Order: sequence, then structure tokens, then C-alpha cells
Amino acid sequence: MVEHRPWLTFLTHAVLISGMLLLIFPIYVTFVASSHSLDEITSNFSLLPGSHLVENYSRALNVGPRDVGATVGTMMLNSLIMALGITIGKIAISLTSAYAVVYFKFRFRMFFFWMIFITLMLPVEVRILPTYEVAADLKILDSYSGLIFPLIASATATFLFRQFFMTVPDELCEAVKIDGGGPIRFFFDILLPMSRTSIAALFVILFIYGWNQYLWPLLITNDESYYTLLIGIKRMLDVGEGQAEWQIIMASTMLAMIPPVLVVIFMQKQFVKGMTETEK
Amino acid sequence: MADVSIKDVYKTFGKTEVIHGISCDIKDGEFIVILGPSGCGKSTLLRMVAGLEVITKGEIAINGAVVNDLEPADRDIAMVFQNYALYPHMSVYKNMAYGLKIRRMPKEEIEKRVHNAAKILEITEFLDRKPRQLSGGQRQRVAMGRCIVREPKVFLFDEPLSNLDAKLRVQMRLEIRRLQEDLKVTSIFVTHDQVEAMTLGDRLIVMDNGYAAQVGSPLEIYERPATRFVAGFIGSPGMNFLPVPLSADGQWAELPGAIRLPLQNGGIPSHGGQEVILGIRPEHCDLAGERAGMMHLKVDHVEILGADTLVYGHFGEDKARLTVRLPAMHPFEKNTILPLVVSSKNIHIFDKKSGKRIDK
Amino acid sequence: MEKRVVFKHKFLPYLLVAPQIAITLVFFIWPASQAVYQSVLQEDPFGLSSTFVGLANFVYIFTDEIYLHSIYVTAVFSLLVAVIAMSISLLLAAMADRVIKGATGYKTLIIWPYAVAPAVAGVLWYFLFNPTVGIIALYMKILGYEWNHSLNGGQAMFLVIIAAAWRQISYNFLFFLAGLQAIPKPFIEAAAIDGASPLKRFWTITFPLLSPTAFFLIVMNIVYAFFDTFGVIHVITDGGPNNATNIMVYKVYHDGFLGLDLGGSAAQSVVLMIIVISLTVIQFRYIERKVNY
Repeated sequence: MVEHRPWLTFLTHAVLISGMLLLIFPIYVTFVASSHSLDEITSNFSLLPGSHLVENYSRALNVGPRDVGATVGTMMLNSLIMALGITIGKIAISLTSAYAVVYFKFRFRMFFFWMIFITLMLPVEVRILPTYEVAADLKILDSYSGLIFPLIASATATFLFRQFFMTVPDELCEAVKIDGGGPIRFFFDILLPMSRTSIAALFVILFIYGWNQYLWPLLITNDESYYTLLIGIKRMLDVGEGQAEWQIIMASTMLAMIPPVLVVIFMQKQFVKGMTETEK
Repeated sequence: MADVSIKDVYKTFGKTEVIHGISCDIKDGEFIVILGPSGCGKSTLLRMVAGLEVITKGEIAINGAVVNDLEPADRDIAMVFQNYALYPHMSVYKNMAYGLKIRRMPKEEIEKRVHNAAKILEITEFLDRKPRQLSGGQRQRVAMGRCIVREPKVFLFDEPLSNLDAKLRVQMRLEIRRLQEDLKVTSIFVTHDQVEAMTLGDRLIVMDNGYAAQVGSPLEIYERPATRFVAGFIGSPGMNFLPVPLSADGQWAELPGAIRLPLQNGGIPSHGGQEVILGIRPEHCDLAGERAGMMHLKVDHVEILGADTLVYGHFGEDKARLTVRLPAMHPFEKNTILPLVVSSKNIHIFDKKSGKRIDK
Repeated sequence: MEKRVVFKHKFLPYLLVAPQIAITLVFFIWPASQAVYQSVLQEDPFGLSSTFVGLANFVYIFTDEIYLHSIYVTAVFSLLVAVIAMSISLLLAAMADRVIKGATGYKTLIIWPYAVAPAVAGVLWYFLFNPTVGIIALYMKILGYEWNHSLNGGQAMFLVIIAAAWRQISYNFLFFLAGLQAIPKPFIEAAAIDGASPLKRFWTITFPLLSPTAFFLIVMNIVYAFFDTFGVIHVITDGGPNNATNIMVYKVYHDGFLGLDLGGSAAQSVVLMIIVISLTVIQFRYIERKVNY
């Protein structure tokens, strides 16, 4: 800001605050709704929180919605397992792949590299049916494996790690060789600790990605006990002619938002780093 | 403690041969400096001794045992890298202990060695710090500490002082020398800085484009450089080179301005009548005093350094350039004519095509 | 591209690369090739055999009114989402760039909606606009405007666009802000000394310097609108009413899973593949130039 005109400053803050409100408003309304009883929501809606907060949330978590045969607690757990599974799985296999591609000379190296690269261009949305068929053939429908494995082979993490490994000075590897270490030692004692910040950044991004998965869990789970939270919420909305249990739905929605939002807020630095690095 | 023998070593990268047949026998406890400009292959040679590069042809042996096929870890060597290569997330102590830990040395032994080395290098107070909290000179010492604790047969140094500022470089130079003399470990030190080479080495290997131009003590290399390259590389400012014709019988050289300079030791009959390169160091030109000098230098430019003066000038019709170093301060004016005299014993003659020394 | 130090182990690299390659083959390469394969087949009604029909499936979908309509819908949808999300976020980023106090606070509060899943964003806005309990729908009724997006296609489109764009504002904001902060202050100051007003400065200096970021974001926003918004559509409108919000990725799901039309759905998948590959290629080509910038 070059000029110091007070009204410009005021305008700036005004715009920012309005923008913020625009972004927060839907969530606020949801929060409020999650604290009212169903009657209160359908009849007379107020913008202030109600008194049924604890009741709604505990019912959602422990008993579950009327039309879905699983508790929100179970569904949250499924989402968590899926998110963590995807996150840890992706990070693990990407680390080893990137390590192999950067630090080893072997036949097919470039071939494998390009094969991994191709996956960048094929999000799950363009191959849903055949992937579903494969999962069915492998008998992993309605299972955690089915939720996790098909989603862990993307290339962004591999590229991120590869990029990072390229910046690690060669001399460190040579020093380890002279100190008597082999590739395994180098990987665990040196490379991995040095990759800490990249791993943290990726963890945030991948966790959010995993937690927010919608299309794939929709296809692969039929058994309600394997429903993830997002799918469960949609099912709650699909009541047709009946009355949707809005207070439960809103409570579940809040619960669906809280983990990733917390992660972004408390690990904001890693989140930003992860975003800017994976998009390169 | 070990001797290192380098026998006829060649190195090829792809189709390009970069090291052409180098041989040298390094005695136990010797401090050898490999000196040369960037790209001459000195680091490659060092890395072949270390085992970080494959030896294409030839043999390298440590204490008599050929090490060509041994991994670096099995050669019992330690190396200080140009950028120190300290493990950034480990403390100084852990950095030094790492190699010993891999070799499964008992904890008490590791502790003893690390503390000992820390004491010698005066870095005991840094043992708990991470490398990024240390200055360049301190990191360098940690890198050396990592070598010392291993008690290896050979120390290898890959341009370790290049990243330090000038003053620190001088200080570390002395420390390295002192350390090596105390520990008496065979050391191979690579550098492009001829001052470092001259002051540190017992013997030097001067490398030029993958060839060992000369192997010898600093004094030998200074007084009798084997090639024009070596002659020009050592000494600052470098040796002056003048293309001059020899007399028909090879007994004297004709300097610009029709000055005849007699050659010692029987002259060079083999090159009678041919043009050769004559070399004379700036510090070997003296003012003639009252009697007539041999050369009359026209002053172009003078640099007064305090302890001595550098005079840049030319002489003869072809305006052959000459740099002269004179003791004390001489604020000569431009275009002054200086009578200079040189002694035959300070002359170096090189073959014009091959660059090799041809006088005796 | 090449590291100088490499290990010479024979088997270890294969071992290291194996997990990713295995999963890539099983869940990526094989299904993708299956999709291409199935797109040139037609299954008989009982699913017992299939005949090779060449490009017949493609001809079919490109002459299908509904499919063409969904292409149109997708194009409009993605364009509007991109434009709305980018302009609002640019404004916010420009403002955020000017404040020194509270900048981190604003940043935190504007970024976090990105953590919300598109499907959840759909739920939030669906609740706001729900004809029976939605607070905004109710206010509209008070103002005399009848809102029912399950009947009115235009309203449905409006709703999904808002839901999709809402979330993208955070994403774009992050990148725009980074881009703005990367512009060296001397440029702006020089322009100010030359007498340019803040608005003029923005358009003649800042915006051109921001164009790499903007271009990058356009591609990313389009990819997002094409593929990541499935959840939004599925939650709010199920592609309706009357295919008004039937974007291409939704149609693939609908035809394949609910309609069991394997050939048609596969052909649509192939079309989407071509689109995403072209977008990725554009992105990479462009990113290379961005790095050399």
C-alpha cells in the first residue's frame, strides 16, 4: 500500500470482512441448525444457537439417523480410517518410488517414471466403472481395502518427493557411503529426517483429500456399516417424501467439517506449503 | 597409516577420457596436494581413491592391497567434502559418531573418540549444536572431526577451504597442517589454490587436463617446472613467457631488442635456430643499477603493494610484455625506461609446441 | 534430472518401486484401458456377450441430445464457476495484500473453506436454499420470489454454481495472494511515483504480472469444475431438474451405474479422459514457462 488514505483502508477492511462473512455464513447457519430441535428448524428459524446442541450430537454419534443403519460415530470412524489409510499409504509408496527413481540406476527406470506420470492425468472420475469392476473382482467391495487402495497411487506425492530429493546435496550421500552406510541407511537415517517438512505438508493435503472423498466411496460401499460420513449425510438427505432429520443432518455436517478444518487451521503453514508445492 | 600407490590410472566418462595415465607413490604419513585449475580432473582422481568413482583402467592400492573393487566403506578412508556434507538434522556429536555407529563400535569407545577429537579441534562446546548453528570454520572442523574419529588409513580433502573467507582460509590451512603433522596420517588434499598447495604439501601433483604435468616437492616445482603449464600456474603474478629464437648452435637466446642471453649447461643444441618459449619469473628481474642493463623496460603501469612493487611494462620493438616484481617501493612514472638484468640461472626454456622443459 | 551419486543395487530399486507400480497397474492402467476397450464394444442386454462396434458408441453419444446438453451444461457451469470464484478471490486477495495488520487473521479465515468437501459445500448451500426449511429461500418468499430449485432448472444451476464457487474462492485466494506478494514492491512504487492511481496501477502493472498465476488458476478451476464437483451435483440436484445440472462427470456415473449402459458410459469416460489429458498437457506446458519466468 503506497498511499495512506484512511478511507481506502476502511474500504479494504470492509471488503475483506464482507468476503469473510460470505464464506462463513453457510457454516454458521449449519452450526445454528445443529443446535436446534427438528421442530424448531422446520417451523421458526432463528439465527441464534438453540439449546439442543448436546442432544443432537450425541444422538447422531451414538444412535444414528433414522434412515441410515449406522451411527454417525461409526461413519466418522470409517472416514477417519479411509483418510488416514490414503494419507499414510500414499506417502509411504511415494517415498519409496521417488527414492528408487532418483537414487538408483536400473533398467525400466524411465519407463516406470512415465507410467507413474500418466496417473497424474487420470483422476478416478474418468475410470469409475472399470475400476469398480476391478475392485469387485478383487472382492474388496464394502471393505477398508476397497476404500483405500484404489486411491493411493497418484503421482503428485511422488513428484513432490522427487523434486525434493533432487535438491539434497550429493555429498551427503557420499559421506554416508564413506561412513559405511548403504542405501537403506541413507534412506532412513538421512533422507527421511530431511524430508520431514515435505511429509508434513503432504500429510495435510492428503488427509483433506482422503477425508473429502465422495465419488469413490459412493460406488464401492453398499453395506451401511462401511459408509463414510459424507455418504451417510447424502443418504440422510435422500428421504424422498418423508421428513429429513435436519438437525441430525446438520450436526453430522458439522462433524464432517471439523477434522479437515482443524487440520488446516492448526497446520496452516504446512497446508500452504503443500498446496503451492503440489501444484507445480 | 598407509602408503597409497596410484598406478597408471585412467578414467573415462562415457566416451570421453578425462584422466590419462596418472601414477604416483604416496608414502606413509605424507601430505600430498593435487593441484590444478577447474576441470583438470583433480577431484575425479581423489574420488577414485575414495571409491566414489569407478577406476576405468589402472590400479590404486592402499598399503599394498588393491582397492579398485572395494566400496568406499571398506577402504578405511575418511573424506572432508568441499561443502562439509554434515548431516543437517543431527547434532555435531551424532555427526561425528555416525560412521562409528554403523560399524557397531561400542558406545564407550565412540564417546572416547568423539570427545578426543573434539578436544583436538576445540569444538567440545559445540557437540550438542546442529550444523546450521555453526559458522563456516566451525563446520569445517566438525567435518574434520568426523574423519579423525574414524582413525582411517588415509585422509582425503576435496577443496575444503574454498568456501571460507580469505582470513579464515589462512588460519585453517595452518590448523590442517598442524593436525596432520600430529596425527601423521597419509593425506591427499585437492585444491586449485597454489598458495595452499605450496604451503601444505610435502609433494605436489600438478594436473593439467587430466594429465599429471609434474610430481614433486614444492621447491622442485617452483625451481624446475616440468612444463610451461606448471611454470605458469605456480607463482603470483605468474611467470613471464617470451617467444624467442635460439642461436644456430643453441647457446644463446635472442631477447627482443637484440639482447643476447647466454644459456647455461651447454645450451640446447637440439633446438638450434628454432623459436622457443623463454620463461622468467617477475621476482627474478633486477634493476641493473649503474651499469647498463640487459633489457630496457618501458613502464606502462605500477602497482605498489607496500612490501614490494609490481611493474608492468614492455620492451623491444614488438612490445613484448613483462611483469617485474621489485622489492621495496618504486613509484615509477609511466613511460620511464628501466634497465633490467636477469641471470641465466633463472631462465626456463620450454619447447614451443609441446610446452615441455628443454633446458637442463 | 540425473543425480551424480547412484547406488548400484540390482534388486532394491525394483522392490522400492513395486508398490506404486502394482497399484498403478491394477487400479489405473488396467481400468483406463478397459474403459477405452469397452467404449468400442456394445454389450447385449443380458450382459453375456459383446460385439465390437467401432466408434458407434461415440457416434451415439454425440448425437444424443441429452449428452450434447450435458456438454453445454458442463461448459456453462465450469465457466461461471471459474469466473465467479476467480473474480471474488482476486478482489479479496488484492485487499488482503494491502493490509498489514491482521493479514494472517484474514488469511486463516478465508482459506479454511477449502478444507470443506465439495459434497459438504453442496449440503450447506442446499440447506440454505431448501424450499421448506432454507433460510434464504424463506426470505425470498417473503420478498415475493418463489424459490424451488427442484422445479426450476435455472435456479438449480444457480445453486450448484454458488456451492461450487464458494469453496474455490479459498483456493484461488491462496494462490492470488501468493502471486501478489511475490510482485516486488519497487514496481508498484515506481508506478505510484509516475502518478498512476491505485486502480490504474492495478490494471497496468499488477494484473499483467499476475497473469501467470491467473492462467494457472483458470486451468485448475476448470479441472475442478469438471471433475471435483460431482459431490455438489449429486447432493443437491442429482443432475436435475430435467438434466439442467447434468454435468458430464455426473452423466458418466448415472449412465454407467444407474443406467448400466456400459458402452455409452465408457465412451463418455474416454471423452473425459481426452479432456483431462489435454488440460494437463496445457498445464504442464504452461508451468514450464512459468518456471522460466
